[in-house]
Amino acid sequence: MDFELSDDEAALAEAMRRMCQSRFPLERVRAGEGRRVVDADQWRALAEAGVFSLRLAEDDGGAGLGTAHAAVVFEELGRALVPGPLVATHVAARIVKGAGTGEQLVGLVHRPPMGRVLPVVVADLASLGAVLVVDEQGVHQLPPEALEAEPIDHGLDPLTPLWRLATIPEGAVVADAGTARELWRDHLVLSAALLVGMASAVAELATEYAKQRRQFDRPIGSFQAVKHLCADMLVRAETARASVHAAAVTIDQPDVGDALRAGAGAALLASDAAVANAKACIQVHGGMGFTWEVPAHLYLMRAALVSRGLGRAQRLAEVVAERL
Amino acid sequence: MDLRYSEAEETFRAGLRAWLTDTIPTLGAAPSPHDWPARRAYDTAWQRMLYDAGYAGIDWPAEVGGRGASPVEQLVYLEELERAHAPYVGVNFVGLLHAGPTIVVEGTPEQRERFLPGILKGDAVWCQGFSEPDAGSDLAALRTRAVRDGDDYVVSGSKIWTSHAEVADYCELLVRTSDEGPKQRGITWLAMPMDAPGIDIRPLRTIAGSNEFAELFLDGVRVPVANRVGEENDGWRVTMVTLSFERGTAFVGELLQSMELVGELRALARRTGAWEDAAVRAQVGRLGAELDALWGLARRNVSQAARTDVPGVGGSVFKLAFSELRQRLAQLGQDLLGAAGLSWGELEADDGSGPLGNARLLDVWINSFSRTIAAGTSQIQRNIIAERILGLPKG
Ligand SMILES: Cc1cc2nc3c(=O)[nH]c(=O)nc-3n(C[C@H](O)[C@H](O)[C@H](O)COP(=O)(O)OP(=O)(O)OC[C@H]3O[C@@H](n4cnc5c(N)ncnc54)[C@H](O)[C@@H]3O)c2cc1C
Repeated sequence: MDFELSDDEAALAEAMRRMCQSRFPLERVRAGEGRRVVDADQWRALAEAGVFSLRLAEDDGGAGLGTAHAAVVFEELGRALVPGPLVATHVAARIVKGAGTGEQLVGLVHRPPMGRVLPVVVADLASLGAVLVVDEQGVHQLPPEALEAEPIDHGLDPLTPLWRLATIPEGAVVADAGTARELWRDHLVLSAALLVGMASAVAELATEYAKQRRQFDRPIGSFQAVKHLCADMLVRAETARASVHAAAVTIDQPDVGDALRAGAGAALLASDAAVANAKACIQVHGGMGFTWEVPAHLYLMRAALVSRGLGRAQRLAEVVAERL
Repeated sequence: MDLRYSEAEETFRAGLRAWLTDTIPTLGAAPSPHDWPARRAYDTAWQRMLYDAGYAGIDWPAEVGGRGASPVEQLVYLEELERAHAPYVGVNFVGLLHAGPTIVVEGTPEQRERFLPGILKGDAVWCQGFSEPDAGSDLAALRTRAVRDGDDYVVSGSKIWTSHAEVADYCELLVRTSDEGPKQRGITWLAMPMDAPGIDIRPLRTIAGSNEFAELFLDGVRVPVANRVGEENDGWRVTMVTLSFERGTAFVGELLQSMELVGELRALARRTGAWEDAAVRAQVGRLGAELDALWGLARRNVSQAARTDVPGVGGSVFKLAFSELRQRLAQLGQDLLGAAGLSWGELEADDGSGPLGNARLLDVWINSFSRTIAAGTSQIQRNIIAERILGLPKG
């Protein structure tokens, strides 16, 4: 048992971080505001780095790596606030041709129960080559044109365009119910990894600011009320990270635990950590935190978007409760 | 990242499990928590059994009589003991987890020879005399004074919150030996025999109604200089060295026990019908997810200790998160009991299905309040995290 990152995993995380720093510096990511399509060059760079194919077998053009490797990669993508349907395209790579190579962007939707009143929303629709719908029967694949969709004008996350779906047609069943459950589970865990990266990024942003900003002739980080906000941010991020990593390893090593329980728990804690830390980051920045300039709000909005995609927190908690 | 145990670790587990399976049924019933002499007898008898089976001082080096187990084996050990519902370390806590490790690292060969076997065999019980009425979180402000007189130190002052002082043979005592320079520099570590003349022990009643800890009044107590561990005025460093001996496993037993508790709460909620309430199910699920996460964090801390031999800073993160989680878990237990949560006496369920287990859940509940105070309060943990991990300036 060794629950530290292996040399391999650490090197991969490091390489991803460097890649994100050079290809996705925050100024560049922010330049995408208001655009309704994903930047094709950027997407290709992600594909070349193996973001979508790394868990595919080598014969299928992948790297044959595990979910633990994917988790550390997605953590870095979250930290850098990289936009686009990252997790959906990654988990779809085993089903949709061209997803692993970056030629196809894929959306993932969980079919809502009958009689719903709330709208179903899908991100990045104009860029998608396919949409996968998971439900009790299995995985359905639909061409985006088959969806009756209407663009939403003011999405919460300024870097992610949204569409509202009027209907979700049946579509061709491309994989069975077991695969559908696996896709959804992997989607939970890797989305949670994105969220953990975001939770850490804002914790660091707040801590740095607390060291620099001075009031009453001293750094605000010397005030205990601020210190404790920062300490709590670290605790939330580290606890969530441990749960995401444990969930990822449990997918790779099924005999060590219950991967769905671990995945739902990780999704729950990572959502909380990302949202709560982004809010605390705004607070630590004072008035600056309320400006468009400080990126805390971008993390908050992205965290809200990603965690919405995991279902209601109540439901995730119940999944854990049923499986304790 | 690898969560599978190696073959060697599994072999260790199997041997331990077999021994526990044979041994646990031979233990008598646990004594009343209010009967200290009986508790001492029970806890030390268990320690002796561990010793005879080669499981005493699991993490202590082999050259001082320990098992020299790896950090991961230590984790397996805690897992198996919890699984088998083995007795808790109890009155052996300070000896095995604090005073003993201090002597292992800082003691002279004679001191190791003199003190360590008694701890391992359960012959000697230690208590911890650190806190004072005016020195709690600010431990270095302690004032109990020791003055050198020939081959002895003469100690006067008072200590407080000393757990199981009444049944201890020795006290690991921090005393002031100098007022010069920074207050940390004038502290000395002594092993004080509890039967020395001049020690007055006055039990304090806790909110749980027990005498878990006591106040010690020391009036001219003579402690041989030979009982000093480390140099005079170097006691603060000596104490900190021990803290770094800790591999982040201190609360693992209780964490695993909490996982079992969450299962019990679910069972209780099903019995009472509270499980119909989605909010209750969500609360149980959330606590379960948090416990799972902390189990991950514990394994991470242990893995770090195994790799670097230096425990990570994760210990404070774990202590803070777990103690607060334990309180919420305990609160859910009290909530689920409804009106039965108002009685310390064991109550039967209305439907004739037997005892509700309210006394035990209330015990968990009331004791959970000490978790965020003892061994460094939550506020102090946050200060440590902010200053030592995040590098925020001292204020
Ligand atoms: C069940 C139990 C068993 C114990 N057993 C032992 C034992 O065997 N031996 C022993 O030596 N001690 C023992 N202790 C003592 C324990 O270590 C102290 O209670 C603890 O360190 C806090 O010190 P205090 O009680 O003096 O509280 P104080 O230090 O007076 O704290 C009071 C409040 O002020 C806050 N506070 C203090 N300083 C700061 C700060 N710098 N920043 C922010 N907030 C602050 C604290 O968080 C707390 O909320 C035990 C305590 C308990 C509850």
